[in-house]
Amino acid sequence: MSAFIKKIIRNRFMLLMILPGTIWFLIFAYLPMFGTVLAFKDFRISPDGFFASVFNSEWVSFKNFEYLFTTNDAYIITRNTILYNMAFIILGLVVAVGFAMLLNELLNKRLAKIYQTGMFLPHFLSWIIISYFAFTFLSVDKGTLNQIITFFGGDPVSWYSEGKYWPYILVFVGIWKGVGYNSVIYLAAITGIDKSYYEAAVIDGASKWKQARYITLPLLKPLMIILTILAIGGIFRSDFGLFYQLPKDSGALYPVTNVIDTFVYRGLVNMGDIGMSTAAGLYQSMVGLVLILLSNYIVRKIEKDHALF
Amino acid sequence: MPQYPTAGHDPAPQARSKRDYNAISPFWNVIFNIIIGVFAFSCIFPFLFVIMISLTDEQTLAMEGFSLWPSQFSTAAYSYIFQTGGELLSSFSLTLLITVLGTLINLTLVTTYAYALSRRSFEFRGFFSFVAFFTMLFSGGMVPGYIVMTQFLHLQNTIWSLILPLSLSAFSIIVMRTFFQTTVPDEIIESARIDGAGEFTTFVRIVLPVSLPGIATIGLFSSLGYWNDWFNALLYYNDPQKTPPLQYLLMQIEKNMDFLTQNAQNLGSFDAAAGIPTETVRMAMVVLATLPIIMAYPFFQRYFVQGLTVGSVKG
Repeated sequence: MSAFIKKIIRNRFMLLMILPGTIWFLIFAYLPMFGTVLAFKDFRISPDGFFASVFNSEWVSFKNFEYLFTTNDAYIITRNTILYNMAFIILGLVVAVGFAMLLNELLNKRLAKIYQTGMFLPHFLSWIIISYFAFTFLSVDKGTLNQIITFFGGDPVSWYSEGKYWPYILVFVGIWKGVGYNSVIYLAAITGIDKSYYEAAVIDGASKWKQARYITLPLLKPLMIILTILAIGGIFRSDFGLFYQLPKDSGALYPVTNVIDTFVYRGLVNMGDIGMSTAAGLYQSMVGLVLILLSNYIVRKIEKDHALF
Repeated sequence: MPQYPTAGHDPAPQARSKRDYNAISPFWNVIFNIIIGVFAFSCIFPFLFVIMISLTDEQTLAMEGFSLWPSQFSTAAYSYIFQTGGELLSSFSLTLLITVLGTLINLTLVTTYAYALSRRSFEFRGFFSFVAFFTMLFSGGMVPGYIVMTQFLHLQNTIWSLILPLSLSAFSIIVMRTFFQTTVPDEIIESARIDGAGEFTTFVRIVLPVSLPGIATIGLFSSLGYWNDWFNALLYYNDPQKTPPLQYLLMQIEKNMDFLTQNAQNLGSFDAAAGIPTETVRMAMVVLATLPIIMAYPFFQRYFVQGLTVGSVKG
């Protein structure tokens, strides 16, 4: 024990430096983790404060989960979350890598820089702003899309109440907002590739297409794998703003826009159902944890160097 | 055939020589330019569009709908905002305060934590790395976080509920730790030690100044996060009596224009309330809230790119 105390004394400055951050993690990350016991309780606020509320609430074992999974909601939110995220992972990867490779080939580097600046812009704007942008196109009476449709003799579409269009809108906007950010990462990786590979390939008579296929893509593979694992680990999480702000929280669209995050929020705020919302959140976190560990394990089996940990 | 640069008085062949042997053909260059150019334009177009709408005459807007070149321009929306814009102005200052204060707190927490993790001599590195990185794998979720904030800390409707949740993130720690490790070699710290500097002096006087680009990166990530945040306001800062932060204000006026009307009534101008250019005012508010970012971001984009590149390097 005294050895441990000596170790603490030896490291006291570093421990002191790391203390504020550790306190933050304890309160804002670890205390909520213990809060997940509420998923197994019937939460009642007690006048004696937070801990009393948690301890005095009655245990209901898996009632909250039962309630969650017997409703149709559990299926819909799980399906939506996974399908949207798969679209983002696959399309996002293809588009980002594609744009990065195109940007790298452009002859006029200044123009490429300007494009890149433009592509990066949506990343800097909040979902509120983006939802206003979307409204200028999708507004029923004033929107540009309906103007175009009526110009060609079609009937205006009530975008904010017709669910069938939203999978495409959400995927498009999600990719649109994120692709500049992601292609910068890949572009940085591409520019980091040793030029002599390409020189050697040219001497061997390789075309641009072959260089892309046999040099650029294989060298980008580790980065693509790491970012995809991270994305798969987060497949149960979604960008709350995209699914809540963009459709303007429109009830008619819930079947296609409700994801686990929005479901948890609505459960908390609209219904005040702390137990079930916590259960849904815990379900999300647990599956996310399992998925990230699993995908990391798989990558480790295939190629040890590419694994995250 | 590679062309070798000549004496240098003729820059054109020199510039070409670097890419000639392996450049795409002019035809494909045009195609690639069109593909990326169109996409890049689609990224800035909505903002230009919103500016044009905000400058449209309200009645023209009602008749013609949103259009890129309205038949009747008007700056009524802006003059309305600047006349009755007390709400917007106080919202602006609140957001600015949160952004500045939040970024300072964030930088303090991130740099101290990351510095300790970057020091090889720190014997609890492994443990504290785990403390930080485990939060990336598992989280309690929204509801327990909400309960901690409202029932345990009792911070609902204080500006701390907008600042504290964004004060630290494991991702920033990874970026910053990698930065410290690559730019501040142990030798510098050792020599400072030999010169008699204490740990704290070394950190403040030697390590931080050398790491300014990394700190700028994290600071920009953080300030943008604060400026754009609306989620914490939605959860914790929703007292109608209080001035909302900017993004939450935009959220409210998106839902209804009532509060602008109320604002006009507070000023005693009931007549004005009837003729508020509601639609264009909304868009003008969007423009005003976005303008600071639009103007600043070409300058800090470089740092973001740097930060992303550092962050994606496996640590």
